[in-house]
Amino acid sequence: MNQLLLDLSAVLLLALGLRGLAKLRTARMANGLAALAIGLAVVGLLVSQGLAGWPWMLGGLAVGGGIGVVLALRVPMTAMPETVALFNGCGGMASLLVALGAVGLPGPMGLLATVSVLASVLVGAITFSGSLVAMAKLQEWLDTPAWTQRQARHAVNITLAVACLACCVVVVQGQPWGLAPLTVLALLLGIGLTLPIGGADMPVVISLLNSYSGVAAAAAGFVVGSALLIVAGAMVGAAGLILTQVMCTAMNRSLTSVLFGGALGASAGAGGGEKKEAESYGRITSCSAEECAMALEQAERVVFVPGYGLAVAQAQHSLRELARLLEGHGVEVSYAIHPVAGRMPGHMNVLLAEADVPYDQLVEMDVINPEFPRTDVVIVLGANDVVNPQAKNDPSSPLFGMPVLEVDQARSVYVVKRGLGAGYAGIKNGLFELPQTAMVFGDAKAVLNGLITELRGMGVGKKALAAV
Amino acid sequence: MSDFSLNEALWVLLLGSLLGFELIGKVPPTLHTPLMSGANAISGITLLAALALIGQAPSPPLQALGAVALGFALFNVIGGFLVTDRMLAMFRRRGGAA
Repeated sequence: MNQLLLDLSAVLLLALGLRGLAKLRTARMANGLAALAIGLAVVGLLVSQGLAGWPWMLGGLAVGGGIGVVLALRVPMTAMPETVALFNGCGGMASLLVALGAVGLPGPMGLLATVSVLASVLVGAITFSGSLVAMAKLQEWLDTPAWTQRQARHAVNITLAVACLACCVVVVQGQPWGLAPLTVLALLLGIGLTLPIGGADMPVVISLLNSYSGVAAAAAGFVVGSALLIVAGAMVGAAGLILTQVMCTAMNRSLTSVLFGGALGASAGAGGGEKKEAESYGRITSCSAEECAMALEQAERVVFVPGYGLAVAQAQHSLRELARLLEGHGVEVSYAIHPVAGRMPGHMNVLLAEADVPYDQLVEMDVINPEFPRTDVVIVLGANDVVNPQAKNDPSSPLFGMPVLEVDQARSVYVVKRGLGAGYAGIKNGLFELPQTAMVFGDAKAVLNGLITELRGMGVGKKALAAV
Repeated sequence: MSDFSLNEALWVLLLGSLLGFELIGKVPPTLHTPLMSGANAISGITLLAALALIGQAPSPPLQALGAVALGFALFNVIGGFLVTDRMLAMFRRRGGAA
């Protein structure tokens, strides 16, 4: 009875937590509520089943929890998507192991239990290996191998899937050894499904795998007969699906084309068999930090477009300093945030928050796009694909149709970039060739600090001090 | 070992899914990453199954398997909630200043 009460409160808190996480004001408390809910659920379970095997429990807590704490407190904010992928994969692994272990428990296995075990093993394994591949791709440890872009990959994956099903049939017919090949094949399937997907689509994949790990948890709930586990798993599964859909909409990609269409840039080039070399650019204007600073000094309205490159260069704080300087000078400053800026939706907001950028200056794409024509200076910092005008006006571009920040509408655009390399999706950017665009080559942080020095040299900071 | 029928379990599954769909209606883009991270931490609730396995396992090898599963799940849960909190703490500090 006590357990029932605890379980019910846990479900209630989990629901409140998930809902609260969707609102800025309540998000942090909601996260705490969800953690509390899991704590209650653990207490409930231990009350009902007793503490048998407690040394094993403590061991798992010390090792798993300990590593989790260290990693969570140490990982830099730029590596957040990879970290979520890693956590997610481990959740899948846990479901997989529990299901395998449940087979060894005494007592007969009914059909329901068997099917649950199979689902848990299958989904858990795919989640685990898929998440690890996603993590490796985001870390840029793994490339997209060429063979995965050929049609043959579908044959490989379909073969693996059929083999998995065959193993399931074997297990259902009372041959538990089928679980061993099933585990291996499902792990391979997770790799086979994730490897062909390009780095730019990885956030969608992580979100989908997050949903899978919920499904795996629900399946584990069927295995051990826990209603709480089923509810929580189903909630996460459903919530993950919604988030996945939201991300796909933001990138104007359908889920099927993300999952089965291959990598974005590669599929465009692989058409005739010849892989597109890094396309050469025509007329490029490059300029120094000094010229850029002069344009900023004259401007009334400046929009910064931060991208992942800014975060990699750890230049958020320099950006914030430059923005303060300009504000003191009477310049209207805002930041244009593309829905998928960074490596994941909302990632850039987190990174800028870290640098104390005021919340109300972060403007979403739909709101800022009409504002670009009356913007004097746009500074693009380490962003590329999300400001590519070809997504709007070149039907042959692989990006065509993706909503972008229309910075080409502004009076002048400065693109801070280390070189003319292609973006994350591997596609040339027509913005760089426009007459109103100038490239400022260099590391984002160095360029920003250069701009600050130049502006101070022009006496911009002094005015601000006088005003204070 | 389950004390409820397939029927009930399926109802629970269906209603849980519907709840999940309903709870995540509108989310400001700012919160997509923390929300994904938080939801991911919740999915580590599979740790309950690991605990149940340890409790019911008749032999040390099976208990050890349960302990490994528990370790993976706790890594997911504890790490996930902490990392989410770290992200959200940044918004809070700024919200307080405004």
